[in-house]
Amino acid sequence: MRPFLYQRATDPDMAVQALSAAAAANNPLTHASAQPLAGGTTLIDLMKLDVMRPTAIVDINPLARGWSAIEPGRDNLRLGALARMSDVAAHDEIQRNYPVIANSLKLAASAQLRNMATLGGNVMQRTRCSYFRDVSYENCNKRNPGSGCAAMDGVNRMHAVLGVSDQCIATYPGDFAQALIALDATVEITGRSGSRSLPFAELHKAPGNSPDIETTLQPGELISAFTVSGRWPRSVYLKARDRQSYEFALSSAAIALDVQDGTIRDARVALGGVATIPWRAREAEALLKGQKFDDGLAQRAADAAFADARGRRHNSFKIALGKCVVARALQQAVTMEI
Amino acid sequence: MTAAAPEAKANMGRPVPRYDAVSKVTGRATYASDMPLANPAYAFLVTSAISKGRVDNFDFDDARAVRGVIDIVTHQNAPKLKESKLFSNGGYAGTTIQPLKSPDIAHDGQIIAVVIAESYEAAREAANRVKVGYTVAAPSATFDSPGTTTAAAKGQNSQFKEDPKVGDFAGAFEAAEIQLTVSYDTPTQHHNPMELFSTSCAWIGDDLVIYEPSQYVHGLKNGVAEQLGIDADKVRVVNPYVGGGFGSRGSMTPRTAIIAAIAKRLNRPIKLVPTRDQGFTITTYRAETRHEIKLGASRDGKLVALRHEGAEVSSRPDAYCVGGTKTTTRLYACPNVDSLVSIVRADRNTPGFMRSPPEVPYLFALESAMDELAVKLDMDPVELRRINDTTTEPIGGKPYTSRSLMACFDEAAKAFGWAQRSPQPKSMAEGDWLIGYGCAATCYPTQMGPAAARVRLQRDSRTRVEIAGHEIGTGAYTVIAQTAAERLGVPLEKVAVFIGDSDLPPAPVAGGSNSTASTCSAVMMVCDQIRQRLFKAVMPSDSLTEKAKETVGISKAPSTQAAKSDRPLDLEKAFDALGVGVVEEYGEWKPEGAPLDSFRAMHSGHVRLVGGHQMKDKIAYAFGAEFVEVRVNRFTHEIRCPRLVGAFAAGRIMNPRTARSQLMGGLIWGMSSALLEATEIDERNARYVNDNFADYLVPVNADVAGVEVILLSEQDDHINPAGAKGLGELANVGTNAAICNALYHATGQRIRKLPVRLENIEV
Repeated sequence: MRPFLYQRATDPDMAVQALSAAAAANNPLTHASAQPLAGGTTLIDLMKLDVMRPTAIVDINPLARGWSAIEPGRDNLRLGALARMSDVAAHDEIQRNYPVIANSLKLAASAQLRNMATLGGNVMQRTRCSYFRDVSYENCNKRNPGSGCAAMDGVNRMHAVLGVSDQCIATYPGDFAQALIALDATVEITGRSGSRSLPFAELHKAPGNSPDIETTLQPGELISAFTVSGRWPRSVYLKARDRQSYEFALSSAAIALDVQDGTIRDARVALGGVATIPWRAREAEALLKGQKFDDGLAQRAADAAFADARGRRHNSFKIALGKCVVARALQQAVTMEI
Repeated sequence: MTAAAPEAKANMGRPVPRYDAVSKVTGRATYASDMPLANPAYAFLVTSAISKGRVDNFDFDDARAVRGVIDIVTHQNAPKLKESKLFSNGGYAGTTIQPLKSPDIAHDGQIIAVVIAESYEAAREAANRVKVGYTVAAPSATFDSPGTTTAAAKGQNSQFKEDPKVGDFAGAFEAAEIQLTVSYDTPTQHHNPMELFSTSCAWIGDDLVIYEPSQYVHGLKNGVAEQLGIDADKVRVVNPYVGGGFGSRGSMTPRTAIIAAIAKRLNRPIKLVPTRDQGFTITTYRAETRHEIKLGASRDGKLVALRHEGAEVSSRPDAYCVGGTKTTTRLYACPNVDSLVSIVRADRNTPGFMRSPPEVPYLFALESAMDELAVKLDMDPVELRRINDTTTEPIGGKPYTSRSLMACFDEAAKAFGWAQRSPQPKSMAEGDWLIGYGCAATCYPTQMGPAAARVRLQRDSRTRVEIAGHEIGTGAYTVIAQTAAERLGVPLEKVAVFIGDSDLPPAPVAGGSNSTASTCSAVMMVCDQIRQRLFKAVMPSDSLTEKAKETVGISKAPSTQAAKSDRPLDLEKAFDALGVGVVEEYGEWKPEGAPLDSFRAMHSGHVRLVGGHQMKDKIAYAFGAEFVEVRVNRFTHEIRCPRLVGAFAAGRIMNPRTARSQLMGGLIWGMSSALLEATEIDERNARYVNDNFADYLVPVNADVAGVEVILLSEQDDHINPAGAKGLGELANVGTNAAICNALYHATGQRIRKLPVRLENIEV
């Protein structure tokens, strides 16, 4: 680990100021010289591996007083960005009205990590691509823009099949983000020019030609909260993985349905473990809306979700697996008791 | 009695709690890197990012600018070290690839520089800032890679002397009513013990102390001395606790002598704690293997022909192989047997021992093939084993000293509920899950090596036992203390055990599951020497002395019955008669059939294990049977293993609690090996990819729902005075096959390549 300046921000302004101090050296955000520290479960890891080399760390944990509330309202939900994963997962009303959120958190990481990690940090966590995390590989377009991609023809079993480009196939590893994108969540952001909000779906950027730019967040900006409108009691998070716990998804699906009199009035389908960013499968949703549910429909929706998938040598299985997961998750969501 | 402390059956010791339990759970137990050093400098390794080629240049400008950097050692300025031969060629080393000797690179992650600094953090930061220019050559990664060479193991590995064969395999196979030809693959695996591969070296004048997790302190001491060119008596290796070994710490790695020599030059203690990923390349590993099995049988299930051909990957310079055909050709009655083991050389670090080295890959192949044969015969796989059970091994016709294989099958089958199995594949399910039952035999050779011990008994019963054994998590302290307490007739809590220090009397490597048999046999012998002296003091007449000799078990027979009928000795009276306060004895024990140079070898750190099939007129193995339930999700194909049941017989069980713990760990390891563990190799550059605990998968608690260990009572008077067969490497052998056999039952699909992952299931 390289030496860094440690600062503790006691209010949002101070945090924003500290993070935007050296503006020129702060672009893109993934390479910014100043990085915020919340749970530290990604940042510290990557600093030890020499992947991230910030010269300043801004500890934003003191902001938790204002930014960690879990506020289920009558028609909406607001989650502070510094709420801990474990607290949100264990919250009664979240479990009842937003099971997709509770389960996406509960099925992520380990109990110890969930106790440390925050929601804001969770959605910002970086890929587990082995080549990204090993600096002895020169060729990683995320780390060294323009250097190539070692994973493309390497050991890529865990890599993405959706949202990939010729520059990068690294998987977005999180679970919670799939729930947020499925529920059309909004993200509240605090920055130098005050607060702004944007649809969660606009937070992450597919790799395209610049895999080093992962989000639309600007240096000096911090996520302060997430909001979800409506209640989604008929929602599930299904995660297929190599072991029963403490493991990233090979494929996951966040599903939320509004079913009335046997007809699907609204459907939300998001995919994890298979895409470079939190992935909304709108083609699948379009097929489902207005239809009566049956297994054939579930299969057609699953096929639609993966219509554009591109497998490589070791990860092609994720296409078939992903379809199974979507179809099964839809069945579970339709049949669940609420 | 609790599940953790099973009741002692006949020929079992008491399930006393671990001697070191409190120390371990309170963190008081000191591991090698916990040892305090006076004003140490810290080392951090720079390892190669290529696996074949050479270092052209280093750029140290950024690294040297880091505050606290003392020195950077490379091949250009490294202390000169003498070469050590491979352990199997009379040396001590696990590899003959000696880093920092030249700019040449022979494998991924080879040590190319050592940064020395005032702090660990500075050393690590500076190491990260070292820039290296390479000339890269095209490496051969593994099987089928261009540039590998293949040759028979026999003739190039001194420990692999013979490809076992008997009868006329070709003719018998040709004529067999039922024929089966199948191939199997096992992956690269790494031990990943919790404790990292640290080394601390401190010189006091010309004397060197090494703190390092080692499974063989006397081997390491002598090996480092040889490399440094100093007298072995100047070197001491200390590690009272080892945080897991699994074979990875059995032979010397190059790092130790390098760190010792740098510490000498710097005139300062040095502490090295490599990272988890460096552990993948600076030590050994289990190499990937390939197998072809041919079985010929009669319609009633009798094996008439068996051939096992194995191929294993090794490094360019070293012909390491495990050659498990020595076991698989002898497990079942079969008159016509053939075998061949080959070694495939690639640009890799040298592989080495990993828990049950020969049996894990080779029995996976044989026990899977036996299940396939049972299916072909439409026969219960347990019955197929019964039909081919034997009391003599077929190659040399030697009798097994004891063999409870079928008793294990019957006990485990009962506990598991095997009778409830519906034999048809895909015939059992619950909800989303297909259910499969499977079983396999397990076995491991019984091995012993020469060992010495010193025991000191005080008038107040306080006892001190000294033997350079190793506590690698197995319970060595506990069973040695139990042995001494029982033998001397003193309370267990009066016994203090000292192990893990090369200044103590030598014991063999903690490998090959020999430790309990070897160390306890030596301790028993020395305890008997003490008792003889005491008996002589109180019973001076000749006849009584003779009686004393008999009752304390000087004869070769195990002492359990004799010990029971021992006359209680009044210790205080005996001490008074002797007129001393302390009696101390030292003794050297060697197993029957040990080579002539045994004791000389023991003191110079060379292993001389005897046992298994290498005994003169008998063969000694521990046996077991394992039954597993697997579940395969019919949608996602996720695989889970909710139940593992194993029954094992291993001679005298010294302590049912520690034995169960070992066997339970073995079953879990076996499940891990079948379903999770594999080191991924990037074939383009022959580098390990998933070299960390997040990506090298081992089971978490949620994956281990039910494990049942059944200890069978077994007495074997033909192995060693302790009457113990090693069981540390027994349980993880059969599990790979049992799980694949269960997967076949669940899905109807035969998977012959480990580990099995959800994408391999095609139901």
